[in-house]
Amino acid sequence: MSNIIEIKNLVKKFDDFTAVDNVSLSVKEGEIFAFLGPNGAGKTTTIKILTTLLRATSGEATVNGFDVKKDKNNARRSFGIVFQDQSLDEELTAYENLEFHGSLYGLPRKQRRERIEEMLNFVELWDRRKDFVKTFSGGMRRRLEIARGLIHLPKILFLDEPTIGLDPQTRNHIWSYIKNLNKEKGLTVFLTNHYMEEAEKVADRVAIIDKGKIVAQGTPAELIKQTNTDSLEEAFLALTGKSIREEKAETGNHIRMMRNLHTKK
Amino acid sequence: MNVIYTLWLRQIKRYLRSRARIVGSLGQPVLFMVALGFGFGPIYQQAGGGDYISFLAPGVIAMSILFSAIFTGIEVIWDKKFGFLKETLVSPVPRYKIMLGRTLGGATVAVIQGVIVFFITMLFGFRPDSWALFPLALVFMFIIALLFTALGTAIASILEDMQGFQLIMNFLVMPVFFLSGALFPLKNLPPSILIISQIDPLSYGVDGLRASLINVSYFGITLDLGVLLVVTFIFMSVGTYLFSKIEA
Repeated sequence: MSNIIEIKNLVKKFDDFTAVDNVSLSVKEGEIFAFLGPNGAGKTTTIKILTTLLRATSGEATVNGFDVKKDKNNARRSFGIVFQDQSLDEELTAYENLEFHGSLYGLPRKQRRERIEEMLNFVELWDRRKDFVKTFSGGMRRRLEIARGLIHLPKILFLDEPTIGLDPQTRNHIWSYIKNLNKEKGLTVFLTNHYMEEAEKVADRVAIIDKGKIVAQGTPAELIKQTNTDSLEEAFLALTGKSIREEKAETGNHIRMMRNLHTKK
Repeated sequence: MNVIYTLWLRQIKRYLRSRARIVGSLGQPVLFMVALGFGFGPIYQQAGGGDYISFLAPGVIAMSILFSAIFTGIEVIWDKKFGFLKETLVSPVPRYKIMLGRTLGGATVAVIQGVIVFFITMLFGFRPDSWALFPLALVFMFIIALLFTALGTAIASILEDMQGFQLIMNFLVMPVFFLSGALFPLKNLPPSILIISQIDPLSYGVDGLRASLINVSYFGITLDLGVLLVVTFIFMSVGTYLFSKIEA
């Protein structure tokens, strides 16, 4: 199997703060890859570089064979993404959000309609298609975002903490959708997550990042064996230490602040 | 083309669905027509200026377009904050098309506002000099709208949150409005103020609207159109450049 995502010596600096520090990794086609790490470790920054939202300071990254710096639009066509924060237009209906997405990705009208119906049925939101997103619960929004990310038949689905803040029922639901897609359509999934049991259950392979650096890579079983522990959670703690990291909001602000300084220059 | 239409349509839908915004934005023009129109009308007439309502109406129409346009441009910040911008930024659409679709949508919304305000001024007794020139007035409305939506988008592209909004209102939008000759004639102004008014692109918009609605012009219609088109082109280019540099 070939590598569908390739990252080589990736570095992202916000002024003197290095968010991603010489990261190299590869994801094989058709696998579920979990990218794990404490808050502020550089997970989201890496995803943003892979999805062309941020420019790397140095290093290379290809998605579906397309360089994310030089061949942006082809790279963009290859993936769907569910962002960490909600990114739906609340003033539009569920259907309109998907239609907007479909036409941005250049799907012809007929195919667009078929895909929207198929995906809305898949996430069990077809009956709510005419409702405004602002009336949706957190779980429904997430499901809609997953449906949206898949409208244009991407080869890769990026999921940045897809189950954060959701109840166990919804989380369960979402993972079964994702496993399903992976099995039946061979979709490659690149996800970040804080719930180690979930990652252990769904992921074929795992990479653990801490302070911008990859500290371990392998199957969950390999990491457990390597650290001589009983679960991925324990392995994770053994690899990244038990000290509590900066709060996410602070880290986010820090990065944002750095970016301000950066862009003002 | 399809993509630009999609982005345009989103702006229109959002506008038509926010009744509060439509009604709210009509309050200010009404207030200006009542307070200034009726308040200064008698003095203006005594000073030999003629009918102040007729003079003021194009200015108030321009004002509502200016505010509406800047506001829809600034909405980019909103989309940044609520995450929707990322959805458009990861799509395989060149940034200039995203900018163009949004700006055309915002400008259309501003023109609709302008036309509504035009009819409101008619309630206050305003009558255009000739309906034949009304299409020309629409052209001016559209260029003003495009110019300031592009400016709003350009500003929003470099701002991180709404905190700078007050700054922009007080140090950019308000001066642009008050010094544009929307409320007073540019003729016989002190030279220092006149220079500022001549730099203000809205002056040419107000003047163009007056030319087409009440057949009064200070700069002349050719200069009005020329300046507006050049400035719009510059703002669109700068806006597109800054928008394309957004990292989310």
